[in-house]
Amino acid sequence: MPILGADMTAGTLIAWRVRPGDAVRRGDILAEVETDKGLIDVEAFVSGVVEKLLVGAGATVPTGTVLALIREEAGAPALAPPARRKISPLARRLAGELGVDLATVTGTAADGAITSEDVARAAAPARGRVDLARMRQTIGTAMARSKREIPHYYLATTIDLARALAWLAEENSRRPVIERLLLGVLFIKAVALALGEVPELNAVWKGDRPARSAAVHVGVAVSLRQGGLVAPALHDADRRGLGDLMRGFRDLVQRARTGGLRSSELSDPTITVTSLGDQGVETVFGIVYPPQVAIVGFGRVVERPWVVEGRVVPRPLVTATLSADHRVSDGHRGGRFLAALDRLLQQPERLG
Amino acid sequence: MTHDEIRATVLRVLGEIAPEADLAALRDDVDLREQLDLDSMDVLNFVVGIHGALGVEVPEADYPRFTTLAGGVEYLAARRAGGAPA
Repeated sequence: MPILGADMTAGTLIAWRVRPGDAVRRGDILAEVETDKGLIDVEAFVSGVVEKLLVGAGATVPTGTVLALIREEAGAPALAPPARRKISPLARRLAGELGVDLATVTGTAADGAITSEDVARAAAPARGRVDLARMRQTIGTAMARSKREIPHYYLATTIDLARALAWLAEENSRRPVIERLLLGVLFIKAVALALGEVPELNAVWKGDRPARSAAVHVGVAVSLRQGGLVAPALHDADRRGLGDLMRGFRDLVQRARTGGLRSSELSDPTITVTSLGDQGVETVFGIVYPPQVAIVGFGRVVERPWVVEGRVVPRPLVTATLSADHRVSDGHRGGRFLAALDRLLQQPERLG
Repeated sequence: MTHDEIRATVLRVLGEIAPEADLAALRDDVDLREQLDLDSMDVLNFVVGIHGALGVEVPEADYPRFTTLAGGVEYLAARRAGGAPA
């Protein structure tokens, strides 16, 4: 049972996606696990053949429990991942909420897909909805630990977004609806690139030492519609083009809200970006999510008077903030990071 | 397609984005984003859904037309009747 959050202690195995004898590749989905972050797809971290499943569907086990044995094969052949059962997103979400083992549900849709009605039928008697109280408690535990252990420092700067927004509007007028970019993806890319200049902010604690990460996996804080939040990783954000990153971003938010996040996405962010922009506040100072060492916040874009070349003009502005671990960096370096972020957002065409 | 059919389609797309919402209680003349607590990703998914359902590509400049349900339905009716994006 993987640890999918700083304070996760147990998880419930909802359904196996593989059977003994199945060949799996690293990254294939082995099982669905219910946690306080919803239904998570657990991935294989080695390639090989599933030898034995050790935990049955429905069992709640502590983190660290061995779920299955996989016999590693040197140079395992590249195989397609096992076919996913067809399940509507609503049905998957409902199954998570009701604690229904999808492996026990028979699909009644024309193509054999499992519908929400099938799940509801299988749920009787229902075990209750997704445990929001538990999610709140887990967030509380992680944040209390952060405030107890991490000596935070906080920085903020105001960034003129006139260029970035003009570039975005122009770019989106040319893109088909499905490929339009959100400002949020520019922020994520700019953060990922700015980390190249201040790499100590892109790190996770390993034991009593902070370890810089060569890869930039940006955790994106996603608020869930029923309450609570989760911050899964957009992998390699510094190396992906904006179009690719946007597709990943949409997919990640979708899965965060309907279930189906992958275990690696929850366990390997190397920094977090939080944006409360749409909800009306101008400034957000995040709390560092252990074992990370920094979190970047973006507020709402506001039009305000701004001085440009000696004249007061209306400009769209955003407040970008950095909360960071003083054991790992200091305000001087943090300030350099925010300055780099500002500079990158003044050249949006180079974020591509 | 009638106004009512367009309205029903808009509600169905909204229902996919905010499955927990009580769409029957939605008010035609009150800010949609506030009523449904939609963020920019939801708005993008809504526009993608409308494109899929009605074949109307809504440019970003026209997003404000969807401030209210009534305004959005009227806009889509006009676009389907051959009106260019305003």
